[in-house]
Amino acid sequence: MATAVMTTLDPNSRSATRGMSDLTIRNLFIIPTIVFLIVFNIFPLLYSLGYSFTDFRASSPAAANFVGLQNYRELLNDPFIWSNFAITAKYVIVSVVGQVIVGFGVALLLNRDIPLKGLLTTLLLLPMMLSMAVVGLFWKLLYDPSWGVINYALGLGNFEWLSNPDMALYAVAITDIWMWSPFVMLLSLAGLSAVPKHLYEAAAIDRAGSFYTFFRITLPLVAPILMIAIIFRTMEAFKTFDLAYILTSQPTTEVISIRLYKMAFQEWQTGRSCALAYIVLIMVLAITNIYVKYLNKVKER
Amino acid sequence: MAHIQLKNISKTFGNHTALTGLDLDIADGEFFVLLGETGAGKTTTLRLIAGLEKPSEGQVFIDGVDVADWGAAERDVALVLQQYSLYPRYTVRENLEFPLKPKIRRLPDAEIKDRVDRAARTLRIEHLLDRKTDRLSGGEMQRVSIGRAIVRKPRVFLMDEPLSALDAKLREALRTELKNLQMQLGATFLFVTHDQIEAMSMGDKVGVLNHGRIVQTGTPHEIYNNPRDTYVASFVGSPPMNLIDGKLVNGRAVMAPLNFELPFSGGAKTFGGLKAGAATDGRPLVFGIRPEDVYLESGAPVEARVHDVENHGVEKILTLRVGDATLRATVPARTDVAIEQAVRFAWNPDKVVLFDKGSGVSLRHAS
Repeated sequence: MATAVMTTLDPNSRSATRGMSDLTIRNLFIIPTIVFLIVFNIFPLLYSLGYSFTDFRASSPAAANFVGLQNYRELLNDPFIWSNFAITAKYVIVSVVGQVIVGFGVALLLNRDIPLKGLLTTLLLLPMMLSMAVVGLFWKLLYDPSWGVINYALGLGNFEWLSNPDMALYAVAITDIWMWSPFVMLLSLAGLSAVPKHLYEAAAIDRAGSFYTFFRITLPLVAPILMIAIIFRTMEAFKTFDLAYILTSQPTTEVISIRLYKMAFQEWQTGRSCALAYIVLIMVLAITNIYVKYLNKVKER
Repeated sequence: MAHIQLKNISKTFGNHTALTGLDLDIADGEFFVLLGETGAGKTTTLRLIAGLEKPSEGQVFIDGVDVADWGAAERDVALVLQQYSLYPRYTVRENLEFPLKPKIRRLPDAEIKDRVDRAARTLRIEHLLDRKTDRLSGGEMQRVSIGRAIVRKPRVFLMDEPLSALDAKLREALRTELKNLQMQLGATFLFVTHDQIEAMSMGDKVGVLNHGRIVQTGTPHEIYNNPRDTYVASFVGSPPMNLIDGKLVNGRAVMAPLNFELPFSGGAKTFGGLKAGAATDGRPLVFGIRPEDVYLESGAPVEARVHDVENHGVEKILTLRVGDATLRATVPARTDVAIEQAVRFAWNPDKVVLFDKGSGVSLRHAS
């Protein structure tokens, strides 16, 4: 395999005259990446797995004691953690569903010959390019009850978006929808424009109505790529931290990654927070796997 | 079943003119073939009838009704395209059911099943019904897309080069099948092709399209034997009609630059309509003669050299060189000739078609 992928170095090339072989050059490119991965990803991953079985606290000089599965047991029996998961689940569903509806809808609107289509698409993609923290800070201003532009535009008076515990999570989700719908739109647009035009013509000739055409032709053909967008967005939404953290500090918006942050860096329960991080990791993997299974099924059909 | 009429249709795309002043009349139950080169406007004509394009000028009538404001669905036509356009991810059965399933005109399930089964039987794809469309061969796919057209009993069948993407054997088989199908259904067919063999073998009537204009409409026999102009003469027939410049002198055909003569006496008899004045002596003409009407004979009037021999099994196609001009002759395969051999040839004077040198129009049609 390796020999098939690698091409032989031109004996007259500059590298060859300097006495470098194919292998040297390959290693030159690959080794730094591997070292980087090991130092910053794989080592911490394994190291924190070790900590998750201890009562280690990074704030105290006391040595870590091995406590077995106690951290996991306690976390999984903690009703507060479960409420954090429930909040996260609600947030994921609201924001991903919102992004798919808005993103796919806009993609359908853009998937036709309209003037300035390219410019329009680019402008619509802008929110996605901004930094999370900047978006959070801006939307905090927009949501402000007394002088925020949203209440002004919608004529809502002093409606409290972020300090109202029932509303705050939705406010965060709306911001996330605003920011990430373009991502779903971009992928959907790619999927939509890949549907051959003659299929629509054939459907028109077959006297299919527009709903029938949409559900029998457009949707099945776009489904795989839409599914990929949903996988990405679900994973991202599941580990949302910055937007929720910046916008509000309501207990009703304490998604799992905020809980994790507090546990690790405010309460300094390092061992236990490692365990929680592993629980979150396993959950994300499980959800992603379900999606991927489903994606393969959609693709096969 | 319907009668289709196009009146003075023009169609432009931006600066490009696809069709100009097109008139077409397709009788009910007729197999009409629209023949032309790539870019002649065949597909555009089809799409105009289907309602996928709007004419820039002119009208389309279906059964005498102007259908300008009708969409593709209301026109009730079936369209079979070259690229199959089967719905991906569905089985053959689901594809065939597709046109019958929309809610508005939903048929009873038993009726749908009955029609699908009948169409599958007609096209001999019953064994494929539960297969996914992406696992079919080209010929099978094209049959399914024809099947999708016939389950619906449309008023007109429009076929856009449905056979061009298939290999030769299959093309021949489907050609016969399609023709049988049309006779069986008694439906109006408009078949578009660039293949003159398809046109000749399938059409009740053939329309030859060139640069967005209909050049000639007629039965395959008329088109072949009595082409309206030199374009039709050279486009229809394989090998094409020989076209040689010359003039008439005292009832003999004199090929001007080449200095050879052939008798041209019998022609006047068969061309009953030919006015004597039309082909006056000395007028610059183009003589058209089909290769099968050129024959080799030891005592024939003109000598030529064999330039090339193509062996087609039942016949040989010879390219003869006279001076610096060439012409083709179809001879029986047993004829023994070698390249560069000197032969003598003659033509069947009854079969010669005269074209005006300037306009290229046949004298029989001009008069």
